[in-house]
Amino acid sequence: MTRYIMTADLRRCIGCQTCTAACRQTNATPPGVQWRQVLDIESGEFPDVHRSFVPVGCQHCGDPPCLHVCPTTATYQRDDGLVEVDYDKCIGCGYCAVACPYQARHITHRVAFAYGGEPMASESARFDARRMSVATKCTFCMDRIDAARENGQTPGVDPEVTPACVNSCIAGVLSFGDREDPNSNVSQLLSATQHFRMHEELGTDPGFYYIWDKK
Amino acid sequence: MRIMPWHQSNWDARAAGNFIGGGSGTGLLIFAALVALLNGSPADYRWQAVVALIFIAAGLLCVLAEIGRPFRALNVFLHPQTSWMTREAMVAPLLFGSGAIAAWQNGGTFSAIAALFALGYLYCQARMLAAAKGIPAWREPKLIPLLISTGLVEGAGLATLLAALSSGVAPRWLAGALLAALILRRLSWKMYHAALEQQGAPKQTLEVLARFGVRFSTYGQSIPEMLIVAALFIGSELVWLLPLAGAAAAFSGWALKFTIVARAAYNQGYALPVLPIRGQGQPIPGVKPGWSK
Repeated sequence: MTRYIMTADLRRCIGCQTCTAACRQTNATPPGVQWRQVLDIESGEFPDVHRSFVPVGCQHCGDPPCLHVCPTTATYQRDDGLVEVDYDKCIGCGYCAVACPYQARHITHRVAFAYGGEPMASESARFDARRMSVATKCTFCMDRIDAARENGQTPGVDPEVTPACVNSCIAGVLSFGDREDPNSNVSQLLSATQHFRMHEELGTDPGFYYIWDKK
Repeated sequence: MRIMPWHQSNWDARAAGNFIGGGSGTGLLIFAALVALLNGSPADYRWQAVVALIFIAAGLLCVLAEIGRPFRALNVFLHPQTSWMTREAMVAPLLFGSGAIAAWQNGGTFSAIAALFALGYLYCQARMLAAAKGIPAWREPKLIPLLISTGLVEGAGLATLLAALSSGVAPRWLAGALLAALILRRLSWKMYHAALEQQGAPKQTLEVLARFGVRFSTYGQSIPEMLIVAALFIGSELVWLLPLAGAAAAFSGWALKFTIVARAAYNQGYALPVLPIRGQGQPIPGVKPGWSK
């Protein structure tokens, strides 16, 4: 079995938002919709203050609450662990959005472009009407993963079949790969570091690991 | 970039309308059947059943107004394995069918069948909200008895009100049932609120519920309870208080559901159990902004 996951080494992230921009560029999400975000968390009290940058988005959970509640089966889970949305089945009820503890789902009811009502040429070319009024979210760049199956490449190793946010990261924060393969980059990384998963106590088995220290 | 819990924007007053219409309608259908079976007043049953079905239909129309792709609404039937929304949708035609036949027959066997489907529909609605893991105020399991008990309160309250409007006075046992349901709802509310405080919830959720709780306990619980006690135990000249109690009980149930669905529904937000260590630093406790604990 394959279980694709993503890891984020929080020690390295500088909050540059390049992954956010790469995701938006790749997936042509409308203004206000960011499938990949980087949180800027300030904590502590002067003089003992801390600043953490935390990439978030769909965690492609092993036990996704969005999947269970979806009344239409538009949300489905693939054999490789990816949780996806069939835009042609979704009725836009928003149940998945309120079931997701990671605020990873977005529903856009109005057509919007970066500079007002008129789309730029690139926006016009990539506008997908199927995405209007239905739930959308990070797909882990599913089309690239599918391409890997066809041409024998390895997601997380070969850039052509690796999610855009991972490719774009300037600090080597994000990694992608198969957790079930002990020799994969992410398995090696996780075995050498201390890590956590967000809101793990909710039993969602998230597929996004946050590295916070060496072992 | 928001980090603390913020109010979800996917389900608004229209979603609350579904829970209000569904809860009141099913509760009324249940108590109308009980009145018909115990008091044998089919004339009352017919129009009470019609009112109940209108409530439920209005709730479903609210849902239709909320969803992004209403012309695909029939897809809602595709996931009965795990989705309580699908299960609610599957009970709905059975409920409307049996309810319509029962109304046409002025009660009878179908009124009991419709009441059973109404109970099933109410249960599905309660489970539906509790399955929304992203909203701490909803996923608390003690919300299930609260939603069921308030549905019964609203049903008994409306039945009391409608009985008084049609025949002048509601049966004493119905007033007693409303009082029992109110007590049940009071206990459910206390348990639900206490569980949220004990386990921790977004601070704003607790603030909204605390503010609402004061008014709810007074105007939605204590006053109708006192009106019923006065009408039942002080003197028969006070029976006119019963429809007032019924109206207050029903209205407070609507306010309760509106508050929980459209006012207290702050999401999970983000949290770090531990902060990243850079250089030779020591482990730093994590952060969970906006939470009570």
